[in-house]
Amino acid sequence: MQQTIQQLINGLGLGSIYALIALGYTMVYGVLRFINFAHSDVLMLGAFAAFFLAPMVEKALGPQSVMGAILVIILAAAICACIGMLIEFLAYRPLRKRPKLTVLITAIGVSLFIEFTCQNDAVLGSATRSFPKLLPEKQFTFGNLVIGSTDILVPVVTLLLLGAMWLIVQKTRVGTAMRAVSYNQQAASLMGVPVNRIISFTFGLGSALAAVAGILYSMKAPGIEPLMGVQPGLRAFIAAVVGGIGNLPGAVLGGLLIGILETFAGGIPGLSNYRDAIAFGILILILLFKPAGLLGRATIEKV
Amino acid sequence: MKIRHFALPALAASIAALGLSNCNKGGGDAIKVGEFASLTGKEATFGTSSHEGTLLAVEEINAGGGVLGKKIQLLTEDNQSKPGESTNAVNKLISKDGVVAVLGEVASSRSFEAAPVCQDNKIPMISPASTNPSVTEVGDYISRACFTDPFQGAALANFATGELKATKIAMLTDVKSDYSKGLAKFFKEKFLANGGTLVTELDYNGGDKDFKAQLTTIKNGNPQAVFVPGYYTDVALIAIQAKQLGLSVPLFGGDGWESSVLLDIGKEAMNGNYFSTHCAADQGTPKMTAFVDAYKKKFNGKTPDAMAVLGYDSAMLLADAMKRAATTEGPKLRDAIAATKDFEGVSGKFSLNKNRDAVKALVFIKIEDGKFRYTATVNP
Repeated sequence: MQQTIQQLINGLGLGSIYALIALGYTMVYGVLRFINFAHSDVLMLGAFAAFFLAPMVEKALGPQSVMGAILVIILAAAICACIGMLIEFLAYRPLRKRPKLTVLITAIGVSLFIEFTCQNDAVLGSATRSFPKLLPEKQFTFGNLVIGSTDILVPVVTLLLLGAMWLIVQKTRVGTAMRAVSYNQQAASLMGVPVNRIISFTFGLGSALAAVAGILYSMKAPGIEPLMGVQPGLRAFIAAVVGGIGNLPGAVLGGLLIGILETFAGGIPGLSNYRDAIAFGILILILLFKPAGLLGRATIEKV
Repeated sequence: MKIRHFALPALAASIAALGLSNCNKGGGDAIKVGEFASLTGKEATFGTSSHEGTLLAVEEINAGGGVLGKKIQLLTEDNQSKPGESTNAVNKLISKDGVVAVLGEVASSRSFEAAPVCQDNKIPMISPASTNPSVTEVGDYISRACFTDPFQGAALANFATGELKATKIAMLTDVKSDYSKGLAKFFKEKFLANGGTLVTELDYNGGDKDFKAQLTTIKNGNPQAVFVPGYYTDVALIAIQAKQLGLSVPLFGGDGWESSVLLDIGKEAMNGNYFSTHCAADQGTPKMTAFVDAYKKKFNGKTPDAMAVLGYDSAMLLADAMKRAATTEGPKLRDAIAATKDFEGVSGKFSLNKNRDAVKALVFIKIEDGKFRYTATVNP
């Protein structure tokens, strides 16, 4: 029983990271109807931004302070937001009027471009580096149960950001514009919505989320390298589809589900090697029986 | 116009002749030796260290007048620690650069990948530090300057039941690595024969970042120690997360742990853990002390690790075999390497057995106060 609860805690910690990444996938999909495969690489860039920022912030604010950690996260998120908008401007905007498939393949290209450029020694190099400690870590023990401060921090941050995203999308003018663009780009632009600016904003927001996810992920496992985003990115993509792509709470639900199931599988001898198979198995089942995802609503596309 | 038509083929023929005569001379006045290593990527310190050791050896050989009256020219290729790249690297070294022998790699999976290319081209290959038995089983042109995993696995099993007095052990294996799976298998055989029990056996994929799922189950099995036959980037994260979960028993593993990055990432979580490796910079033999001094002088005061020592030994072994064979021809060089007896390496004195594997001692290292400390030597 205790082991089950411990695995649940582990799974929540991991699942929240997937959820955070999945939020980024789903937001971009919601507005543009395509999967931004470069999202997982922006996550890696966020972790590296924090890696380079942390020593500077530490000099100014002292080691492992809460203010310092928040500052690092905000700066890294801002950097990644700019990178995200730049990617959109350079790679996706010129293809706005092309078929969706063209953009999708470009996204894969952008992802590979970032991964391989960063692996060059002149850029980041492909060696694993030690991620600095941003916050003092503490473990709380209840009998045999151990809850780390990061295990608490990650789900809390994820829920806060989910709330913030929901507020932005549902309650602000920008959010209304985002929903309008998502519904019908042409009609939105006829109503005076600056479509390009709204899409840029969506990319910035999604990339900032990726940066936060990257930093939290690196706090859990402090070894960072240019390919670190690939594996969690893939899981988060599955999570977004399972939860119903385009749906914000669905992304979080999917992320938690994948994270928890993966953790339980990882702890069972004989099954620990089949974690990827389990994640993809769920994806196939969902696509078979509930193609729109757990929380997605089936929409009829007019052809 | 007519003259040109004649001149062109003639020119081409003379260039071809020039090229051929160059080939016959065996690449001019230098002996070309190829090296492939993981200079970047996940196991970057393995390749960097073995490369630096090899570099130092080549420099010393050339300073001493070279081999067979010629200098050795080292050509190095990086495989970025990636599967698939080693075959390309070795193909290029052999067919484009025309090397007479190949040195490399540390990781068994990647040596295993390159070995068939060397075997097919009849080019002798010496792996400095791949311990999985299957590497030299590829063919008679492949040999190694290190011990193999049946020996290392058995030594680790004896260490567990002897030094650690642990009879209940959990094991966490990297299913992506031939090295990890091989070492786990040989450890298990000996450990069970010693009367120990494996309470938990779990897997991970090299490159994973979250090991809490496996570690929770391991903790629940109440082992006295955890055997982690993996590579350093993963082991460091495993150690950190084990500490976070309150798993306070020692972790121990094999020579895949040997890297300063293990301590950079793992920090204080690594203290109190053990691993076996080929040699230790502080083991105190005269050859080792001289090597450490020379290495520090060349590489800005950096302390060499076992991979650097083996890189050095493998190059020295090759030079020694070339001298004995008095030629760089593949078959004769192969036989000379295989006949190596009582070779005085920095890592210790060793001979090659009939499988062309070095028979030599291993050492145990304990991690204390963020440093590797030599604790014991185990003779074969």
